[in-house]
Amino acid sequence: MSKKSFRQAINEALRQEMRRDPTVILMGEDVAGGRGGSAGTADAWGGVLGVTKGLYEEFGETRVLDTPITEASYIGAAAGAAVTGLRPVAELMFVDFVGCCLDQIMNQAAKFRYMFGGKARTPLVIRAMYGAGFNAAAQHSQALYPLFTHIPGLKVVIPSSPYEAKGLLISAIRDDDPVIFLENKVMYDVEEDVPDEPYAIPLGEANLTREGDDVTIVAFGRMVGMANEAADRLAKKGISCTVIDPRTTSPLDSETILECVADTGRLVIVDESSPRCNMATDIAALVAEEAFDALRAPIRRVVPPHTPVPFATVLETLYMPSVEKIEAAVTATMNHRVTEKV
Amino acid sequence: MTPDITPITMPKFGLAMTEGKIAGWLVEPGTEVTTGEELVDIETSKITNTFESPVAGLLRRHVAANGEMLPVGALIGIVADAAVADADIEAFITRFQADFAASSDTPDGAEAADEPVMIQVGNHSLRVHDRGAGDGTPLVLIHGFGGDLKNWMLNHAALAHGRRVIAFDLPGHGGSSKDVGPGTLAFFADVTAQLLAHLDLPRVHVMGHSLGGGIALTLARTQPAKVASLTLIAPAGLGPQINMDFITGFIEADRVRSVQDVLKYLVHDKALIGRRMADDVLRYKRLDGAEAALRKVAEACFPGGKQGDDLRPVIAGADMPVTLIWGQADEILPVAQADGLPGSVTRHILPAIGHMPQLEIASAVNNVVEAFIGHEVATA
Repeated sequence: MSKKSFRQAINEALRQEMRRDPTVILMGEDVAGGRGGSAGTADAWGGVLGVTKGLYEEFGETRVLDTPITEASYIGAAAGAAVTGLRPVAELMFVDFVGCCLDQIMNQAAKFRYMFGGKARTPLVIRAMYGAGFNAAAQHSQALYPLFTHIPGLKVVIPSSPYEAKGLLISAIRDDDPVIFLENKVMYDVEEDVPDEPYAIPLGEANLTREGDDVTIVAFGRMVGMANEAADRLAKKGISCTVIDPRTTSPLDSETILECVADTGRLVIVDESSPRCNMATDIAALVAEEAFDALRAPIRRVVPPHTPVPFATVLETLYMPSVEKIEAAVTATMNHRVTEKV
Repeated sequence: MTPDITPITMPKFGLAMTEGKIAGWLVEPGTEVTTGEELVDIETSKITNTFESPVAGLLRRHVAANGEMLPVGALIGIVADAAVADADIEAFITRFQADFAASSDTPDGAEAADEPVMIQVGNHSLRVHDRGAGDGTPLVLIHGFGGDLKNWMLNHAALAHGRRVIAFDLPGHGGSSKDVGPGTLAFFADVTAQLLAHLDLPRVHVMGHSLGGGIALTLARTQPAKVASLTLIAPAGLGPQINMDFITGFIEADRVRSVQDVLKYLVHDKALIGRRMADDVLRYKRLDGAEAALRKVAEACFPGGKQGDDLRPVIAGADMPVTLIWGQADEILPVAQADGLPGSVTRHILPAIGHMPQLEIASAVNNVVEAFIGHEVATA
């Protein structure tokens, strides 16, 4: 056990699975680090933010493949490799680029198992960075996990910490279905204790990072840390919160969410993706349909406005959910009083 | 500190505890409390435990409210004589909080060093937590099947006054390496002996729980000169029966809910088994090789769903003092296995307590152990 950053945890998961299973390969733009680029130096980058650094050196060019800048070709190649016996981990870089290869994901990889009568396995992992807070502007800052969650046949993982990232990525690589693994780029330097040994966190089971009696907060990825901080602040005011990190949006651990809402009677959902048809609306609908009678106050969502992510720092900060906004939403739901109709 | 004002601070129940939540005050301000009286329930990430008053006096303030999460050492209440003015108490609280905030900003000191370390013993990498010092014969703690050194979280520090107390993760468990050899009690006893040799401990008191009790007895059989005394908590090896629903359930459980369900077999008060506790157990169960190791141990020690080792003759022939602690409501190993032992074995049968009395009724167990190895053994 030692302190590892989010970036190191992901790198270690890739390295350990590549050592364990020779069919695991990496492919993507610059994952081998600039080979073929202007520098021509192998392993110089290790991915655009250095996550795969050192893997080319250990596993060589047959297992760490730099690809041309054409997402449609290499995501398609990765899907094909997966159905023919390899376990590719393809790096899409910024998730915003998914528009270039959505057909390979949505109409091909996601549907192979279903369309081939359950006989096709597609052990494909697509890693991508998501999220605002990096001043990367509108085309490099989106949180598109609702888009993938919408597509049947895909598993969608959003780790919230280094420990979670390593265990969930190992599970994703060992999974026989296509998995979209989304890494918040603002979190790469976050550190915590992570076991040195390989370990697998099952996909589809939520994690309760705080347990409380008054309000249930559901948060995703980077938002989990904010929700925890808000819960800690609220505890000092006598409001105790349960914080749920679903870990995966598909499958979604609906059971845990409903149980917690049944206990607390109040729900706040924190989602940094665009507000229409996002995870917050999905979970709000789930709870409204399955646990309406348990609610003691309206469900509240802490979400960005329906606009592209701004580039300007001030506007980007305003755009994002924050600890303060979560705290305010929880306080508002606690203060809600049901008015009886006369 | 002002002599008439006693701060009540957030306790540290175990190694991993850095903060605790006030789950509920049991005593209202204005009440006279006695030393040892149950004062407040503290919830940690692993367990909710009742904190007993360290002093006698008038509880003047709840500084921390129900539901509040605070770091270990933070001020949670004030005990002070009725003659102390409210203004003096306010000043004391202000001063304490300022000092505490300042000390929290300083780099970790000796406290940070009080951590388990990894030790290479033969082919095994063992996680070992070595605490305390003094002239007393050291005490070694051996946990049970599926457990780890944190099973002693409410005992380890309490017993480490005047002696070294060493807890470790058995191979295949916790943070230790996952090679369990043949998975037998003899194998684990041999690893324990190797650890003692590595730590240069020629003779120790040994306390073992469940499977760890069987290991302690096996060590007493194979290396009697090393064992000054045996404290056995619901030990394996005294009868064939064992609850295999727990053993197989624990091996197979890979989700919080399923782990939580099987952990409930361990205690009489099921409310003690929280989701966070189950999650903590899962962190070790998820490590590659852990499940296979547990399966091998179960096959070696419980073939055909029965305990394979009969260690009653070891107790009957033991030259060292032996004391036995067993929960009357044990759902893993029936308490009847404590019957029919030699009169020299002191028995403590605890009513309404399950398989883990060291967790469920920690203070009482600590008192028994302290009295046994601190006094009775010393004068034996």
